[in-house]
Amino acid sequence: MSERQDPVTGIEAPIYLKYNFTAGAAPARFLSQIRKGVLTGQRCPRCEQVYIPPRGSCAACGVATEEEVVLSDKATVESFTIVSIPIPGNPIQPPYIVANLVADGANISFIHLMSECVNEEVHIGQRVQAVWKPEEEWDYAMDNIRYFKPIDEPDVPVESIGTLPVSGWEG
Amino acid sequence: MMANLAAVVGIGQTKYTTKRHDVSIAGLVREAAVNALEDAQLSWDDIDAVIIGKAPDMFEGVVMPEIYLADALGCNGKPMLRVHTAGSVGGSTALVAASHVQSGSFRRVLTVAYEKQSESNAMWALSTPQPFSTHLNAGAGGYFAPIIREYMRRSGAPYDAGIKVAVKDRLHGARNPLAHLQKPDITMKEVEESFMLWDPIRFLEACPSSDGACAMVIADEGLAEQAPRPPAWIRGVAMRSEPTMYAGRDEVNPQAGRDCAGDVYRQAGISDPRRDLDCAEVYVPFSWYEPMWLENLGFAPEGEGWKLTMDGATSLDEGGDIPWNPSGGVLCSNPIGASGMIRFAEAARQVRGDAGDHQVEGARLALGHAYGGGAQFFAMWVVGADKG
Repeated sequence: MSERQDPVTGIEAPIYLKYNFTAGAAPARFLSQIRKGVLTGQRCPRCEQVYIPPRGSCAACGVATEEEVVLSDKATVESFTIVSIPIPGNPIQPPYIVANLVADGANISFIHLMSECVNEEVHIGQRVQAVWKPEEEWDYAMDNIRYFKPIDEPDVPVESIGTLPVSGWEG
Repeated sequence: MMANLAAVVGIGQTKYTTKRHDVSIAGLVREAAVNALEDAQLSWDDIDAVIIGKAPDMFEGVVMPEIYLADALGCNGKPMLRVHTAGSVGGSTALVAASHVQSGSFRRVLTVAYEKQSESNAMWALSTPQPFSTHLNAGAGGYFAPIIREYMRRSGAPYDAGIKVAVKDRLHGARNPLAHLQKPDITMKEVEESFMLWDPIRFLEACPSSDGACAMVIADEGLAEQAPRPPAWIRGVAMRSEPTMYAGRDEVNPQAGRDCAGDVYRQAGISDPRRDLDCAEVYVPFSWYEPMWLENLGFAPEGEGWKLTMDGATSLDEGGDIPWNPSGGVLCSNPIGASGMIRFAEAARQVRGDAGDHQVEGARLALGHAYGGGAQFFAMWVVGADKG
């Protein structure tokens, strides 16, 4: 007579996915420039908006983008969230600020971390600048920038966010 | 556009809950399908095709689940099609099923959508690293929180508009025995004091993680007229998409959502949605999306959606003129892949007069809505008690 067993209601079966990413021309150019500590975008020949990271086309106009534009590592806070839970696979400790930032010279935001700031004082229109890792640690990654920190410049009015020239903001 | 008339003749749902220990994914979808067939008083042999939808495969780690679910859904010898449009998939799956019938190619189609979140890790699946970006994706809430912050800024809405939605939808859900969260005693204070997850989104302003499935049987005009229970006539169907990111994109009030609403209203002969519709089931996974979608869907002028919320216009309990999410909505039950179809099915229940304690009295015309991805995929239908 067989022993009575607990029913098996489930097992853990993790799946790990490892991909080889084929960057394509535009992201490859972007990644090789950020390897040298330079943020670059591409300008749409039709609407003249500058994309970072560039994907080789303008999703609004449906045309190829080729003109490379060197951007500033100063940026403006378009919006943000203060996150109180950890990110799976990322050692960062909450609370931390994930901000949608528009680099001077670009017309679209990317997300990055904000630090060296008082969380409660972060606001839309705030001026920030990249804090880079030491040069010897640079790789083909946006993580070459550790985070962005506030700088002593006047706020950008909401209607001007995403329209600043690469020369920056005079206030 | 020429389309044949089609109608919902059967609806089946499971009780939404944190974890369905007792069934597999196959058992879950079959339960909803059997409930829909029973509601329609039909059997498997009466079904000509099966359309199934769910959110990304990575959620449960079951890749191409339609292959495994074909026999549970009686697909032997029948066409089967799987649909995927991220969070809006439940809505777009219903629309693919509807188009099978509206085209005249099929007379009766079964459609099912599901998610078994207890077997998945949706937060992980939505937080995969990308090679040209920093790894800061903190789930759906982390993505939508900055968009909500921008809405709050530009509308000047009072800080507690989202809190009001969170309370209102939970009170609605307390009328719906299928709703996952049952919080009949919830208060504004309780929501306000709940943990701030992704500022400005609090714990109680976010949807739960649910197991569940929803199914419908859609039939052509002739068969729907013979149906034993009142049909919900499909009066308009629309889908729209836009890229996740492009310069100048309005993420708060996406163009694709406005266009989709305009299209479905035109088909249904709706000129003023607040006046012409009796209720709406709208995809609101975070509380602030009620005022945002009130504007996107044309129920209120831009910047004023929150006024309808604060005035109680969207509340059953306050006798509002345009109840939103009388079932409790996504804020009460969120089996992700099914959530859009539940909105479509609950809209149909309202015009069939079959919504129990959350019935909007005399409802004749209702909107079902779903959105997904980075608020870039939209699916909507309008269903009516009459053919129109």
